[in-house]
Amino acid sequence: MIWNEKMECMSREDMKNCQSDRLKKLVQYVYERSPFYKNKLDQLGVSPRDIKSIEDIVKLPFTHKDDLRDNYPFGAFSKPVGQIAEIHISSGTTGNPTVVGYSKSDVELWSEVMSRSLCCAGAVPGDMIQVAYGYGLFTGGLGAHYGALNMGVTIIPCSSGQTKRQLKIMQDFKPRILACTPSYSLYMAEEAKELGMDPRDSSWKIGVFGAEPWSENMRQEIEKVWNMSATDIYGLSEIIGPGVAQECHLKRGLHLYSDVFYPEIINEQTNQPAKPGESGVLAVTTLTKEGMPLLRYRTRDIVSLSFEKCACGRTSPRISKIQGRTDDMIIVRGINVFPSQIEHVLLEIEETQPHYQLIVDRKPGGMDELEILVELKEEYFSDEVKKLQAIEHKIQKEIAATLSVEPKVHLVEPKTIARSEGKAKRVIDKRNL
Amino acid sequence: MKLTQISVFLENKKGRLYDATRLLGENNVNIRALTIAESQDFGVLRIVVDNPEKGLEVLKNNKFMASFTDIVAVEVGDDPGGLAHVLKVFADTGINIEYMYAFVEKNTDKALMVFRFDNTDGAIKVLQQNKINVVGKKEIADL
Repeated sequence: MIWNEKMECMSREDMKNCQSDRLKKLVQYVYERSPFYKNKLDQLGVSPRDIKSIEDIVKLPFTHKDDLRDNYPFGAFSKPVGQIAEIHISSGTTGNPTVVGYSKSDVELWSEVMSRSLCCAGAVPGDMIQVAYGYGLFTGGLGAHYGALNMGVTIIPCSSGQTKRQLKIMQDFKPRILACTPSYSLYMAEEAKELGMDPRDSSWKIGVFGAEPWSENMRQEIEKVWNMSATDIYGLSEIIGPGVAQECHLKRGLHLYSDVFYPEIINEQTNQPAKPGESGVLAVTTLTKEGMPLLRYRTRDIVSLSFEKCACGRTSPRISKIQGRTDDMIIVRGINVFPSQIEHVLLEIEETQPHYQLIVDRKPGGMDELEILVELKEEYFSDEVKKLQAIEHKIQKEIAATLSVEPKVHLVEPKTIARSEGKAKRVIDKRNL
Repeated sequence: MKLTQISVFLENKKGRLYDATRLLGENNVNIRALTIAESQDFGVLRIVVDNPEKGLEVLKNNKFMASFTDIVAVEVGDDPGGLAHVLKVFADTGINIEYMYAFVEKNTDKALMVFRFDNTDGAIKVLQQNKINVVGKKEIADL
């Protein structure tokens, strides 16, 4: 079913009118309430009166992740913090994390777009969903929760982890829908096999998988092992969390809810809108948000956009699966990892050089593993293995505390990690994404 | 009567131990005793050689991470209870052994053991007080 037929199947012309109305109101709104945006617009010499239709969006300034960090914690909010209903945090490269605030009506919007997404994946009211995304500062768990609550789907709020319990709940309660990261679904399949279960007999028929990049191959693997339909969901906490876009059962791109999240594809080189059909960085304007509305927010995700009507009946534009990132961020087990975060930790650790190499691999079980090779400083070399191991453990602990992902740390000989070969060499991603 | 051990960091990479021993061989440095301590992802090669200064130089020039460690070579009776006799002295006097290993060769009817203590000087004193023979640098070179 289509959750909001009016908005999801609107003609392109009506949609443009709707977007134009909303953009005009939005620019007026942020100009009045957000000193951050008032400054940005004033500097560009743009007044809310200049925005007459959605076409005028190109006159507006971009918003970058750094803008949010520079205004830590609440400086990019358009509402006083007392009127914010919920705060979430995502990790950043250095220093401050990115803080986002949703008002009560933003949370209602989140519920709405997540209901659209769950329906788009194939859920109907009366279904049961097992939410195995983490609940907490990460938006995955609560997003799926709100969407299901809003549309009358019974929720099992498992959060992530405790795989044996997840599997028992699935067997006993028989939920038809599973929401988690794609790698966790594969990990659970391995665990199920070890417990002597046949994953193909599972009750899960629809998967809503996201929060990390995954390939068509991985989709086929998941669909085969669990005998389910695996769909891709896209989102980011700055915009709303999960629920920005979602694949329908046809899986030909992710339907993006452009009545509330206006998408633009920007050419990285020219900073101008890309040609129709061309890939570029996705920029999103939140047309109706109140807590922390964003103008032309650069997601750093590279996608292409298609306006062709989908056979499912939706007219909403579709983005391709994420083709890459404009920064060196990698996503490990749903958590954003910036190599520079690791560099910062190493600089604080006396025994090592700030030279490192990251190796990300996906184990046969489906879980991502992060391995870090670090050069030991010569003067800290010891003939005693326990002292060297203590250094490894120290680095591991410090990095785990910063990244929220426990890496494996390996000491290597000095000057063996390639120097000055640019960022690409720092990260070896062996996953087939 | 301290002796010098060369300790070498070995990355868990194919041929690394071979590289180290080949370098020593090519430069005419003879290995007298050796042991390897390993963790999951690296090892530490510990060797006693006839010419430690040259051995260390050769390794370092070839990008090995290596350093000197003070050790003590002790003569141990090559008969039942010989090692226990020496260890009893350390146990009684509270001398802590970090690790130990054996020489392959010997020049008397006694076996030669290498000890690494946290307090090398204290250990030598205790050995001498108990009339246990500590082997010197020259004797090692002459083995």
